[in-house]
Order: sequence, then C-alpha cells, then structure tokens
Amino acid sequence: MTNLTILILFPLITAIAVLFCRNSAQIRWTALAGSAIQLILASLLMHSYYAERAAGNVSQMLFESRTSWYSALNIEYYIGVDGISVIMIMMTAFVVLSGILISWKIESLTKEFFFLLLLLSVGAYGFFISLDLFTMFFFLEVAVIPKFLLIAIWGSGKKEYSAMKLALMLMGGSALVLVGLLVTYFKTDIGNGVHTFDLIKISHQHIPLETQKLIFPFLFVGFGVFTALFPFHTWVPDGHSSAPTAASMFLAGISMKLGGYGCLRVATYLMPEGAQYYSSVIVLLATIAIIYGAFATLMQKDLKYINAYSSVSHCGFILLGIGMLTKTAIIGAVLQMVSHGVMTALFFGAIGMIYDRTHTREVEKLGGLLKTIPFVASVYIIAGLCSLGLPGFSGFVSEMTIFMGAWQRPDAFHRIATILACASIVVTAVYILRAAGKAVMGPITNSQYNELTDATWTEKSASVLLTFAVLSIGLAPFWLIDLITPDTQLIMENLARGVLGN
Amino acid sequence: MSNDFFILMRSELGIMLIIFFLLFLKVWDGITENKKILQIANVLLLVNFMLGFILNANGELFNGMFHTTNLINFEKIILNFGTLIISLQAYDWLKNHKHVIEFYILLLTTLLGMFFMLSSGNFLMFYLGLELASIPLAALVNFDLEKIKSSEAAVKMILSSAFASCIMLFGISMLYGTTGTLTFVELPHLITGGSLQVLSLIFVFTGFAFKLSAVPFHLWTADVYEGSPVAVTSYLSVISKAAMVFVFISILNPLFENMQLMWYNMLFLTIVLTITIGNLFAIRQQNIKRFLAFSSISQVGFILLGISSNSTMGVTASIYFLIVYIFSNLGAFSVIAIVSNETGKENINDYKGFYKTNKFLGWVMALSLFSLAGVPPTAGFFGKMFLVTAGASKGNYILIIIAALNMVVSLYYYLRIVKAMFVDENKEPITKVTGSTSVQIAIIICMAGVILTGFASVLYDYINSLM
Repeated sequence: MTNLTILILFPLITAIAVLFCRNSAQIRWTALAGSAIQLILASLLMHSYYAERAAGNVSQMLFESRTSWYSALNIEYYIGVDGISVIMIMMTAFVVLSGILISWKIESLTKEFFFLLLLLSVGAYGFFISLDLFTMFFFLEVAVIPKFLLIAIWGSGKKEYSAMKLALMLMGGSALVLVGLLVTYFKTDIGNGVHTFDLIKISHQHIPLETQKLIFPFLFVGFGVFTALFPFHTWVPDGHSSAPTAASMFLAGISMKLGGYGCLRVATYLMPEGAQYYSSVIVLLATIAIIYGAFATLMQKDLKYINAYSSVSHCGFILLGIGMLTKTAIIGAVLQMVSHGVMTALFFGAIGMIYDRTHTREVEKLGGLLKTIPFVASVYIIAGLCSLGLPGFSGFVSEMTIFMGAWQRPDAFHRIATILACASIVVTAVYILRAAGKAVMGPITNSQYNELTDATWTEKSASVLLTFAVLSIGLAPFWLIDLITPDTQLIMENLARGVLGN
Repeated sequence: MSNDFFILMRSELGIMLIIFFLLFLKVWDGITENKKILQIANVLLLVNFMLGFILNANGELFNGMFHTTNLINFEKIILNFGTLIISLQAYDWLKNHKHVIEFYILLLTTLLGMFFMLSSGNFLMFYLGLELASIPLAALVNFDLEKIKSSEAAVKMILSSAFASCIMLFGISMLYGTTGTLTFVELPHLITGGSLQVLSLIFVFTGFAFKLSAVPFHLWTADVYEGSPVAVTSYLSVISKAAMVFVFISILNPLFENMQLMWYNMLFLTIVLTITIGNLFAIRQQNIKRFLAFSSISQVGFILLGISSNSTMGVTASIYFLIVYIFSNLGAFSVIAIVSNETGKENINDYKGFYKTNKFLGWVMALSLFSLAGVPPTAGFFGKMFLVTAGASKGNYILIIIAALNMVVSLYYYLRIVKAMFVDENKEPITKVTGSTSVQIAIIICMAGVILTGFASVLYDYINSLM
C-alpha cells in the first residue's frame, strides 16, 4: 500500500459508481462497500506505516510521490503521509463508513446524497495526504459544494440560512488562507527566483520575521474558521443543527479537523516565529471558546444544539493545545482532533437515531428512552460520557494530555488559561448529565414512545464501529502517541529554531 | 509575399469567405430551410476553427499594418471557438427566425473586426477593427425585432459605444500629436510620460474601460444584456469581452511600458472598483441575464487583476481564465437559452424548483455557476487562483485581500441561484425542457471544459509556451 493516490481515487470511483446505480438499494450498497473497502485501505496504510517505521525508516514523510502539475508555477501534485496524517485518515475512514451506515434510510434524492457524501470524503482524504500547499488548498475547497448542498437540500429547520452561512464563513476562511499561501509562496526562493508551494521545502526556507508576523494571522485565522476559532465559530451551531445526521457527523467529525490540521501543519509548522509571537492570542481565544462554548451549551434545549456548542468548546481544546506550543500539548491537540472526530460523530449519530424515531430533539419533550429503545439510548450515554472526559474513553486521554502540556508553561497567564480550561470540564459534566438524565433516563413522557423500535442493523454497526474507535483510543492511547510523537518532535524542532525561541 | 498573405491572414480570409458565401446563399435563395442554413454555418465555423491550428506562421503584412504571432493566432482560435459554441446554442432560437443569414453575416463581421483589431500593427488599423467589431453588434442586439426592450438596448449600445470610441480617438490623436507616429512598434520608445501623454493614456484607457464595461464605465452593460436575445448576450459577455482583453494584453500593455507606475495605479483603482461594485450590484438582480451581466463585470475585474502583473504569468493566467470563462459562462447561457426559448422565463425566481424537473440542466447550471464562483473541482477555481497568484506577484497584498474577499461575496450570489434551483419550492416550476441536439452538443463541450481544463495542465502549459 504505497500508492497514496488510491486513497482519493477510490472514494471518487465509488462516488461515480453511485451515479450509475439504478435503484436506492444499489446506491446504498455501493456506497457502503466503497467506504468499507476504504476503511480497509486506511488500515492497511496504517499497518504499512508502522512496518516502515519499525524497519527504521526515519524520513519525515513516507510513501511520497511527486508529479509536476502546473510546472510554470512550480505547482506539484505532491503527496505523502506522516503519523499525524495517517491517524487523521484512519479517523476519516471510520466516520465516513458510519455516516453512510447511519443514512441508510434517506429516501429523497438518494443518489445525490451519497454522491455528495463521498465527494466530501474525497476532499478530506486529499487534504490529509497533500504536501503541496496548492493541492492542499484545492482539496480544502472541494468540500464547499457538498457541504452547502447537503445542508440546504436534506437539512431541517432554518436549513437555507445555515447552509449559506456555513458556506460563506468557510469560504471567508479559505480566502484568508489563500492570501496567506500566496504571500508565503512569493517569499520562497528555491534558486533562480523560482517559488514553491512545497510544504517541506518551505519549512527549510527562512521566511523573514516580518512576513511571518504579517501572514501567520491570515493562515491561522483562516484555518481557525474551519475549527470554530472564537469569534468565527457562529457557523458551527447553525450548520451542525440544520444538517442531516450524516452531514453533521462529517462536518463536526472531519471538516472541523481540516482546520485544526491546517493550523498545525501549515500555520504553526511553517511560521514558527509567527506562532510564538501570537501564541498568547491563540491561547486567549481558545480559552474564550472553551468557556463560552461550555456555558452556551448550558442554555441549549435542543440535543443537536447541545452537541454543536459543545463542539465549539471541544475544538477550543485543539487550538489551546496548539497555542501552548509544548510538545505534550501538541500531541494532545492531535489526539483531541481524532478523539473529537469519532466521539462527535457517535454523538450526532445517536441524536439522529433519536430524532428519526421521536421526531423531536427537544430535551424537555424527551424522556425514558432507555426503557423503550435501550440500544440508541446507551449509544447516546456512551457518547456523552466520552464527551465529558470519563477515563477509559478517548476524551479523557486527549484532554488530559493537553492539560499536562499546558501546565508545562509556568507563567501566570498560561496557568490561568489552563485552570479555566480544566474548570470547563465541570460545566461539560453538568450539561451532558442533565441532557442524558432528562432525555434518556427518567419516566417515559410520551406514551407514543412505547411503540418505538430499537436500532436497525446499520445503525447498530455504525455505533459499534465508532464506539470501538472511541474505546481503543481511550484504552490504548500509546499506539497513537507512538505514532505521532516523532512528527510532533519535528514541529517542535522547527519551533525551537525560531529566533523568538523560548 | 503572396504565400504569406494567404497563410498569415487565413483566419480573416476564412471568415470573409464564409460571409460572402452566406451573402451568396441569401441572394441565390436556393436554400430556404433555416435548419440547413444553420448546419452549414456551424460546419463552416468548425472548419475555420480547425484551420487555425495548421500552418502556424509569424510575420507581418502591409508594412507592419497587419502582424500575427503564435499568441495572436491562438487568441483568434479561442474567439472562433466561442463563436462556434454560441452558434450551436442559438440553434433553437434561430430555427424559426426570419433573418438567419443576416444574423450570421453581422455576427461574423464583428468577429472579423476583432481579428483585425488583434492583428493590427497601427492605431488606424486598430480603430478600423474596433468599429467593425462594435457597430454590427448594435444591430445584433436589436435582433428580436418586435421587442421594444431590444431596440432600447441597441440604442444604448450604439450611443455608449460611439462615445467610448470618441474618447479613445481623442486620446489617440494626442498620442499622434506628441509622437508623430501611430505604429505600435515605434510608439513605446517615443512615449516618455509628458503631460499630454498622461492625458492620452487616461483617454485611451477610458475608452477601453468602456468597451470592457469596467467600473465606473459599466452602466450600459446591464440594460444591453437584458434587452438582447440570449445568444447575443452571451456573445457580448464572452466573445467581445475576450477580444478586448486580448487587445489589452497584446497592444496596450507593451505600449505604455514607460509609464508603468501610472498604468498600474489606474489599473489598481479600476480593479478594486470593478470587482467590488460588480459584485454588489449582482446581489440585487432579479433577471438572470442582468445578473450574469453584473457578475461578468466582476469577472472582468479579476482578469484585469491578472493583467496588472504585467508578466508572462499574468498574461498566461488571463488567457487561461478567459478560456475557462468561455466554458462556464456559455454553459450557464446555454441553459438560459433553452429555458428562455421554450418557456420565455428569464427571472431568477422562475428557476425555483428547476432541479426537480430538469436534473441534467440543473447540474449544468450549478457546475457553470460554481466554476464562475471559482469553487473546485471546476476549472474556474484554477483560473481564479492563477489570476490572483499573478496579481500577488507584484507584492500588492491589499489588492489580493480585496479580491479574495470578493470571491466570498460572489459565492453568495451564485449559491443563491443554486439554492433557488435545488432547494426552493415552486408551484409552477419550469417544465421539462431539453433543447435540440445542437444545444446539447454545446452543453457537453462546455461541461467537459469546465471539468477537465482544470485537472489537465496541458492547456496552461500550451499558453505559457506561446509567450
């Protein structure tokens, strides 16, 4: 499994195959088979990555391949993976497969729905494997059309408003990224005045401090919009709550991680001095997002809004981890990306299952679901416990790592930020337990709920799949940490080279 | 000499032959069936298009009055190609029209004018081509003879066009007064930036801005686009814009080489205004042709952004974008042409629920609009990216920030139409429309272009190699 292009070609072929299917059963099975094989491919990739590293291959990126694309501008289709991208790909494959399983019952415009879902996943896979900034940007934007259409057509509530808001805010983020990338491009010189978009080459170039100070905010805020950086988080609650279940899973699970990955891989890695210069601003904004997200969640009465606002808070941890600029914190941030990806997908999956049956997401109207639909209700509780950071689940591991890393910064400012972020866990516990207690436990509030049927086999498999991911990260985090430590080390070395070095 | 004459001027001679052949058809009155005439015209245009690729030659004729290079030849090929697609897409409209042959004669005359304008080596020749390209256009705008709106549009078009020509001529006369020559080879050395020459630069630039409908000289565009038949609107917004841009690249940019800074500052101001105001006006439009008119104004701003870099990169990016623009804009116009021809509806609100009844055309329209908005995987993304990259090469970051933010605004209004088609409910949606084979061919060519030109870098590399 050394040809990475197959990771984007395969979902693309699946998507095109879906277009040629004749009835909705065929469409569903094609999409399911395609994404299942994609999960196998991702596992194979992870396996061969381990094997390669165990064999002593120490190069920064593995399975690299390089094809000249627009040679006049020195744009290349340059791909390769390191540990961080491998686990992001793995996470994406999990979420995509379970998203397809969850949407088994989509009836209207089935073909378009699965086609767009698969196209969205192509964008994510492509983004995680590309090492050329232009290619990366291309894949970042590929997802715009599917996101907009998925929410606007199959969504609920004020779907048109949410879809437009999401598309425009994300496009605004990309516009900032674009400016940042172009300025970076014209500041590079790999001989004879030739510029480059090559991520690795740029990381060896010395971009002047002034430029870094100018450009870092563009790149970081641009990618930050994707990952709900305060105050650009407002698309998250509307977008997530209006989207159909699978799209919510994709958006929160995969799409928001593109931003975190970009903040780390592009902004922080390429602009080490810029990152140091703005570190306190990032920490400040991230802490606000964490606290604000947690308290805003307290006020929500709709299950999807609860999870959407808590996503703002949880993604704040990713940015906090990156902003702290210590090795442990950055490892924690990567873990949090993966953990939040699968956890929130599970959460939205459970909410979708509840909504499909009860046709309401209001906490007040729900109740006693554990008695009538025990499987769905348990899934919701598992996701909730993971979200509030119960040991044994993935949330605990990643948040704990971030706090440990953050505590390594001894000054008062960072300490206060860390303490505040830790304190938000209590608020998280309040809203999660309250929602679970009211909606899932307790007496049955509506007699119609007695007739509800429990999860179908597709919903069960999706839940089991994601629960497996959540638990394996929670119980054996050292696998992932071993995988990403060398790459984090490289990012740290680049940071230490900066003149502002700590 | 005589061989050169036929080779260098083969595109012009080809068009002239077609014009005379059609005139002969008209007088002979042998073929009365519209469909046959249309097919003949399409085949002839196709032949002329292919003729452009063989026998490449650089050189000049008539003491430098007429010259051609590989780049100019390629630009002519592009214009010819666009005209061919428009002719295919106009099939449904023209098959019942009384004056088909006249339509083609007028259309090809303007094309001929553009060819001469591109190949001109002298301001006199250039002006001749310019007028040949604009006056018949006014007649074309009025080609839906019974519509009052068309006549109004035609009058607006001819008046503003004449006004622009006047201003440009005034500028040219000042250039002649200060330098004593009108040939493009000699002029750049003689232009030193004296005050009269500054004035002439402003006047010539203004004339061009009028023709390109750059802000603040854009107001004629929307009315003319709305009043014209769809085929003419697409011709105006694609071919005649493209020709003007090519002239900008090949003639004006080198001409004022010695007045770089002033040239750049004027472009800077025009770009910012054109992109922003075009976008802001596009948001408020209800008629889909008017909407595309304003959005095309903002696209022109982006093209000027590429040109402003005054480098190979910028020229390549502009030409590349224009090809992508031809594909995407004509894709959208083909759908509009079918709908307008079969139902008479041209309002954006009429397009609500369009996807439920017309799946294929819905996707065609959506892909074209996404390409115009510059969203991947369509070719428009690459086109816009290269233009903005070229614009950034001068290090003017304010310009690219404005351009990048305007891409967000433009996404808003393009998505609004996509939303209307895919999401909104409509009690009386547009019924299932198909269009003739000819239009479908045009659509398929456009869609292939929209999807493929981005991924395959062949086209970009080819343009780059022409420089």
